[in-house]
Amino acid sequence: MKRKFCFLLILSIAFPYLTGCGNSQTGKNGQVVVYNWGEYIDPDVLDLFQEETGIQVVYDEFETNEAMYAKVEAGAVAYDVICPSDYMVQKMIENNLLAEINFGHIPNIENIGQEYLAQCRQFDSENKYAVPYCFGTVGILYNTTMVEEPVDSWALLWDEKYNDNILMQDSVRDAFMVALKLKGCSMNTLNREELETAKEDLIAQKPLVQAYVVDQVRDKMIGGEAAMGVIYSGEVLYTQRENENLAYVIPKEGTNVWIDAWVIPKNAPNRENAETFINYMCREDIALLNFEYITYATPNTAARALIEEEEIRNSPILFPDLGQYGNLETFQYLGAEGDALYNNLWKEVKSE
Amino acid sequence: MNKKKMLGIPYFIWAAMFILIPLFMVFYYGLTDKNGAFTLENIAAMALRGHARSLWRALYLSFAATLLCLALAYPLAMILNSMNIKKHSFIVLIFILPMWMNFLLRTLAWQTLLEKTGVINSLLGLLHLPPLRIINTPYAIMLGMVYNFLPFMVLPVYNSLEKIDRNIINAAKDLGANGWQVFVKVTLPLSLPGIISGVTMVFIPALTTFVISKLLGGSKILLIGNVVEEEFTQTSNWHLGSGLSMVLMVFILVNMVLSAIFDKKGEGSAL
Repeated sequence: MKRKFCFLLILSIAFPYLTGCGNSQTGKNGQVVVYNWGEYIDPDVLDLFQEETGIQVVYDEFETNEAMYAKVEAGAVAYDVICPSDYMVQKMIENNLLAEINFGHIPNIENIGQEYLAQCRQFDSENKYAVPYCFGTVGILYNTTMVEEPVDSWALLWDEKYNDNILMQDSVRDAFMVALKLKGCSMNTLNREELETAKEDLIAQKPLVQAYVVDQVRDKMIGGEAAMGVIYSGEVLYTQRENENLAYVIPKEGTNVWIDAWVIPKNAPNRENAETFINYMCREDIALLNFEYITYATPNTAARALIEEEEIRNSPILFPDLGQYGNLETFQYLGAEGDALYNNLWKEVKSE
Repeated sequence: MNKKKMLGIPYFIWAAMFILIPLFMVFYYGLTDKNGAFTLENIAAMALRGHARSLWRALYLSFAATLLCLALAYPLAMILNSMNIKKHSFIVLIFILPMWMNFLLRTLAWQTLLEKTGVINSLLGLLHLPPLRIINTPYAIMLGMVYNFLPFMVLPVYNSLEKIDRNIINAAKDLGANGWQVFVKVTLPLSLPGIISGVTMVFIPALTTFVISKLLGGSKILLIGNVVEEEFTQTSNWHLGSGLSMVLMVFILVNMVLSAIFDKKGEGSAL
């Protein structure tokens, strides 16, 4: 009898922890479960948010859109706020995974520049589901001490002179974007021939590639490990601060203009807290803190106006005048079949 | 209820939750398509060019790593066995010590060591020696496998050598066998259970690894473990991923059958 009592006692103490229902773990106003890219927020902002709102932040990170999608679709963890990129937002909308955002709860949306909301309509046709967080381009980051000729084309990534000195993105759409743009094709193409050519080009490039990496491009370029790498424009400011020999170029064949945006999944358990969080992220001082920490360009015009150094505020790399290029595109979701087609081709490249 | 049976209940629950149910799920996903209908396509997919190539690559890399481990571990185990007890427990400790650190960290450390501008190459540069260029090649992956899995070979082999009765070896010598004959006819056959269990413990994790190939191979060398991992994390095609890992299970089963034949008394498995 005594033993049973002990067991029950232990169980009753442990139960709230086991089920996660206990209030002791969450803030006084509940919690918000955030799923964001790795190193994509100023950690102080999360502390500030917790202090000001009393909402506890449970924070989780992902490395690629695809990995994020697999986890969200499996539904093992119910997230409140996620930060996917353009085409992934579209895929999640089409597959009915997202909830409409109540913009009445997000007055700070005023801070976001109209041109970026317009760009968002490419994947969220009525601006109902997504609030832009960061944007930028994809280009070539090169080490000026190792590359002699002028860099202006993706073709340089196929130059045998730079054997074992090239870093490529280890993500299917980014890798194919480079190969497709090189041949003047759309990076959203479903044309078999164009894709087959792109695949062959990527296979031909493979012996020259030092490694396929995602976040590591940054550290490897700073360390002088490679002469050039495909990188997101948001990394440029940081890498240049660490290594002054690095320069960034948007190749003349055009590139990807991407937008990462906050969305709320349908199964979000704390929807109001999610909206509070998104609204907080749009506040100009908070957006400025995040920009200074992660150095990815912010679509928050009010925050941009607060940037002190003029050189950065008007940087053509961080805040390019999108109108000046004729061949910039944004990724679109290609449907389940299109995805499968790209994935299979990419697997052929990788297993070669 | 019988007290002994009661004690077994937690283990049974554990086995059901973390072995049987996941295994059942792998079989379920592997044998169905997206609509839940029965199919063998996910298993047959192993024959596709990309999959077959990465399976073949994983097989020969892990096989080579296993042989290398054996070649390194056997002499070491013999040396350990011939030492006195104080010294050898120290050496065993040295071998187990790195395992106290996280596996990922140890592999990441090799990346920093082997990189073009890494520690080893900076030292070689200082000595005006040619740089070592093995990062992002199959050699680096093999190195990572040998480094990470060597203790799993040393310990079972050492265990089985330790169990050999000295009198048997002395008897063989008395009957006129020379050192080589004693090794081939007595020591080696008696240590076979340890070898087999060491081979299993190195070969299986090496065959299915995806971390080592990712970190030390620069994602350029796709092993079957990477294919399965990407089916789950990137492509979110759990059916194909499960089907492919079912094929991998065949190799594990073959290995288990082999060790059951050679290791009837379960000697080598007693660590």
